[in-house]
Amino acid sequence: MALATLTNYMTPTGREEPWRFTPLNRLAGLHDPQVSLRDRISLEPLDIPVGVSVTIEDAEAFPSLSETSDQIVIRVREGASKLLLLTIESNAEIREPIFLKREVLDLSPEVSRVQINAGANSHAIIVIENSGEGVFAEEIEFNLASGANIKFITLQEWSSRAVHVARHHAIVARDASFTSFVITVGGSLVRILPTVEYTGPGSTAELFGLYFATDGQHLEHRVHIDHDVPGAKSRVNYKGALNGDSARTVWIGDVFIKAAAQGTDTYELNRNLLLSHGARADSVPNLEIETGDIVGAGHASTTGRFDDEQLFYLMSRGIPAEQARRLVIRGFFSEIVSKLNLESIEVRIMERIDNELAEVIA
Amino acid sequence: MSTLEIKGLHVSVVTEEGAKEILRGVDLTINSGETHAIMGPNGSGKSTLAYSIAGHPKYTITSGSVTLDGADVLDMTVDERAKAGLFLAMQYPVEVPGVSVSNFLRTAVTAIRGEAPKVRTWVGEVKEAMSQLSMDPAFSERNVNEGFSGGEKKRHEILQMELLKPKIAILDETDSGLDVDALRIVSEGVNRVKTNQDLGIMLITHYTRILRYIKPDFVHVFAGGRIVEEGGPELATKLEENGYAEYVTA
Repeated sequence: MALATLTNYMTPTGREEPWRFTPLNRLAGLHDPQVSLRDRISLEPLDIPVGVSVTIEDAEAFPSLSETSDQIVIRVREGASKLLLLTIESNAEIREPIFLKREVLDLSPEVSRVQINAGANSHAIIVIENSGEGVFAEEIEFNLASGANIKFITLQEWSSRAVHVARHHAIVARDASFTSFVITVGGSLVRILPTVEYTGPGSTAELFGLYFATDGQHLEHRVHIDHDVPGAKSRVNYKGALNGDSARTVWIGDVFIKAAAQGTDTYELNRNLLLSHGARADSVPNLEIETGDIVGAGHASTTGRFDDEQLFYLMSRGIPAEQARRLVIRGFFSEIVSKLNLESIEVRIMERIDNELAEVIA
Repeated sequence: MSTLEIKGLHVSVVTEEGAKEILRGVDLTINSGETHAIMGPNGSGKSTLAYSIAGHPKYTITSGSVTLDGADVLDMTVDERAKAGLFLAMQYPVEVPGVSVSNFLRTAVTAIRGEAPKVRTWVGEVKEAMSQLSMDPAFSERNVNEGFSGGEKKRHEILQMELLKPKIAILDETDSGLDVDALRIVSEGVNRVKTNQDLGIMLITHYTRILRYIKPDFVHVFAGGRIVEEGGPELATKLEENGYAEYVTA
C-alpha cells in the first residue's frame, strides 16, 4: 500500500497547470506526502428524514465511482479508511433539507470521504455547513440514478485560518438533475473542484457559486464538466467579490463537449467585482468542442471594479455611502442567493458579507 | 419657503491635458415655487452645473458657493445634500442590478425621512404615485433602471422626486428620449409635485418642447460655462426661432 501510494503520487510543485494559481505553502501539508493526515469522519447529520439513511462504512467496500488525477483527492482516497454514506431511497420526496454539519476546532490536517447515492426519481436538498478552523481534504461523490433531482448546498463559513481542499463530483444519469451552490466566504485557502459527468440523455447540471474574499484569503473554484453523452445540459454561474489588497480568487470553468455529445446545451458565466485596487481575481473559462451538432455552447467572464456611478446614484437619493455599497453588493449577489430558497441561510450569508465589508471600511 | 443660491461658481474637471474649467462664474437663485429653465447648446456646461450641485466626485469646485437656506451645500456629502432637500433627476439614470425598485425606494425614503415609512400607508403611497405616472405596479419588482426604456427611466426619476419630497429639484434633460405621450405624463408629474409641495425647479433642457408642458417663470441662456442672458418665458420663444448661434460665437 505504501509503495502504491508513492508510485501514484506526485507531489505538486506549483508548475502544473491545475496548481499554478494555488499557493502550495498555505496548504498546511495537505499535498505533502511527508505530512500524515488524520483519518476520521467529521460530518455530523442533524435530523435524518424518513427515506434517507446516513451510515459510516468501510471505505474498501465502497470504491470510488469516478477517476481523478488530483493529487490531494488521491490522498483522500488512500488515507480514508471509512466513508460517510448518505442514501436517498428511490422515489423518496424529501421536502425538508438534510443538514450535515462540520465544525472543526483544530488545525490538524485530515481527510473526509463521502458518497451520496440518490435513488431513481428521488428528490432532496442536502446542505453541508462548514465552520470553525480545520485543515481539510475532502471528496464527495454524488451518484444520481435516473430521474433523481438533487440540490446540494455547501457553505464554507470557515474562520480565517481554515484550509479546505475538495472535489465535489456528480454523476448524473438519464433525466436526472443536479444543482449545486458552492458558497465560500471564509477560510485562509479554499480550493474546490465542482465536477460533473453524465451517463444518460436528458440530464442536467446547474452549478452556482458565490465567493467573497477579504485580505489574506485565497478562494479558488475549478468547475469541470464533461459532456460525453448526447442531450445533456449544463449551466454555470459563479459570482465573486474581493475586498482587500491581498484578497485572491481563482475561477476556472472547463467544459468539454466530446464527439458523442450531440445536442449538448451549455453556458457558463463568471463575474467578479473588485472592491479594492490590489485585489486580484483570475477567471479562465475554457470550452472545448468536438462536435458541431449541439444546441448551444457559450461562456462569459467579466471582472470589474465597483461602479462609482451606482454609488453616486444611490447617495444622491439620500442613502449613506456605506449602506449604498452594501446595497450594490447585495444586489450583485442576489442573482445567486435568491435561488437558494432557504431564507435563514440567505440572511446569514449576506450578514456575514455586510459585516466583513463594514470591518474593511472601518 | 426655500432658496437655493449659487454664487460665482467655478468648476473644473481633470482631463488628460490637466484641469479644464467648465463653469466660469455661475450666479443663480431659485426659490420655492419657481421654475427656472436653463437652456443652452450641447457642451455649454448645463449638466456640469447639475452634477456639481448634487456633489458628483468628478467635478472640482474651484471657487464660488452654493447654499440651501443658508446652509453650505458644497460642504455636504452627496447623501447629505439629498437629505437637505436637493434632488437631481438624471439624464442617464444608473442601473443597479439585483436591487429592486421597491427596496430602493423604501431605503431612500427611510434615509431622507429619518425613519422607515409605515408599511400600510407606504404601499398605498407608492401605488398612487405610480398610477399617476401610468406605471404598472409590477414595475416595483424590477431591478433599478435595468432594462428600462427611456420613458420608464424618466418616469422612475419623477416617481422618486414625488416620494422623496425635495425642496429644490434639478431636472437634467428630463425631456430627452421621450415621445410625446411620455413627455406629457412626466411633465404632469413634475407640475403635480410643484403644486403640492411648492417645489423650486431648475429645468435643464436643450429644446423648448418641454416648456409647453412645464411653464418656466424664468429662462436663463447658458453658454461657455455661465449664464449669458436672462429673461421671462418670452426668451424661450426667441430661442426657438433663432437657436443658440448668437451665444455660441460670442
